[in-house]
Amino acid sequence: MINIYEVTETNKMVEKENLDVRTITMGISLLDCVSDNLDVVIDNIYNKITTLAKNLVSTGEEISKEFGIPIVNKRISITPISLVGASACKTPDDYVKIAKVLDKAAREVGVNFIGGYSAVVSKGMTKSDELLIRSIPKALASTEFICSSVNVGSTKTGINMDAVRLMGEIVKETAELTKDNDSLGCAKLVVLCNAPDDNPFMAGAFHGVTEADAIINVGVSGPGVVKYALESVRGESFEVLCETIKKTAFKITRVGQLVAQEASKRLGIPFGIIDLSLAPTPAVGDSVAEILEEIGLEKTGAPGTTAALAMLNDQVKKGGVMASSYVGGLSGAFIPVSEDQGMIDAVLANSLTIEKLEAMTCVCSVGLDMIAIPGDTNPSTISGIIADEAAIGMVNQKTTAVRVIPVIGKSVGDNVEFGGLLGHAPVMPVNTFDCSAFINRKGRIPAPIHSFKN
Amino acid sequence: MKKCVITVVGKDTVGIIAKVCTYLAETKINILDISQTIVSGYFNMMMIVDLSGSNKNYDEVIESLDKLGTEIGVSIKCQREEIFDMMHRI
Repeated sequence: MINIYEVTETNKMVEKENLDVRTITMGISLLDCVSDNLDVVIDNIYNKITTLAKNLVSTGEEISKEFGIPIVNKRISITPISLVGASACKTPDDYVKIAKVLDKAAREVGVNFIGGYSAVVSKGMTKSDELLIRSIPKALASTEFICSSVNVGSTKTGINMDAVRLMGEIVKETAELTKDNDSLGCAKLVVLCNAPDDNPFMAGAFHGVTEADAIINVGVSGPGVVKYALESVRGESFEVLCETIKKTAFKITRVGQLVAQEASKRLGIPFGIIDLSLAPTPAVGDSVAEILEEIGLEKTGAPGTTAALAMLNDQVKKGGVMASSYVGGLSGAFIPVSEDQGMIDAVLANSLTIEKLEAMTCVCSVGLDMIAIPGDTNPSTISGIIADEAAIGMVNQKTTAVRVIPVIGKSVGDNVEFGGLLGHAPVMPVNTFDCSAFINRKGRIPAPIHSFKN
Repeated sequence: MKKCVITVVGKDTVGIIAKVCTYLAETKINILDISQTIVSGYFNMMMIVDLSGSNKNYDEVIESLDKLGTEIGVSIKCQREEIFDMMHRI
């Protein structure tokens, strides 16, 4: 039987070390909502979401209360809307109408975000993909809960540079349209390479076409728990360090597995995957950067950061894999800047630059995430940053992403407040040398060779 | 069996166990195991209980115990046992 020390350990993780389940995300296929009549599509979407997700939030709250574990977010991911609206939408404004109904549905069921205002264009863009992409700035400016993503490349297809070029402009336009809120729209827009179909985390969540009609995916968190566990092994060998991270990751993931099973059972919707991620929040003691510093770096960004992060990421996966029956999504350590107090401090101390963050994205989950850059950054420079990240993902067969926020009217050193879990960030400098001649080339970068690995 | 873990943490005082047990008896909740320690003046108790014969549901029990805790100046939590089993048993 469970003993008092085990009970105390679990409760300490929740009360003092910020252990939580970051999100229960219900994936919903909207493929059966398709029609060539926009009004019918809109009705179908609203009805399907508000029916299937009717009890999502209350079920999450029930589970949270009974088990004594906070479940921070309840979210919905949907089929990429470029597919759902393909036959009904003739203009970007038609897509915006779908965005508004999604927002209304999200408000009705009480979720924090709905992700999947997306297009998957890793090899080529259809007319409807392009219409959706061009509608993103207006859609994000006129809604509250929508998250948007565009997948511009993959290891199998190469990088669609036409989409990369377009996305540089779209990110900038989104920033302009939401400039009254520190360009907040860009915090809900991510450009991906090798995007997974079952990611529960925003802004990149969408319900891929390989998925079932509805599914429950759960994202775990808990950087604080890992950090506290590592405090007890200061000065020990890498073997001890790695074992400690693995054991902690196992425990964190088991909580996610339990919550996922319960949610699946109560909602009558199959369990999809657990996303084994260390997802930070702006709260002190809930930071991935603090783990890296506990491992032995004075500040995140110091030499050794990439190696420490690579090790952390790998151990989290090794510990978590055994704790869950199905693992998927992004699974790894997240390194958003604005959502991690340790990262913010490292930027303010001039220890962490975009270039170092780029190196870090080679060895961990996702990519350049929640980084505020000067508002006068050129669209082609943003495209260049996207292309670099996509190349890292393509060559290393991993998911990478770019979520940068060119904050209109702000420059290097200014602070930007996004609020809530999105946090706050200092505007970081970007290399200003021009790359437009590269970005303006048409076509795509071919898929990489999978032999002669060097 | 609907097993739950009740934890009571707070400054030690007379009658903590009595008050908690009185509530459990009134609510027809059966106690399966109790362990208790005092660490530097702080009372730390864990009970494993069975709610299957109870005349109240989880929600009500959790809320009543929380309220009782506030009254006697300690923190009382009631959680389903599975969360501890999942975390600490393979």
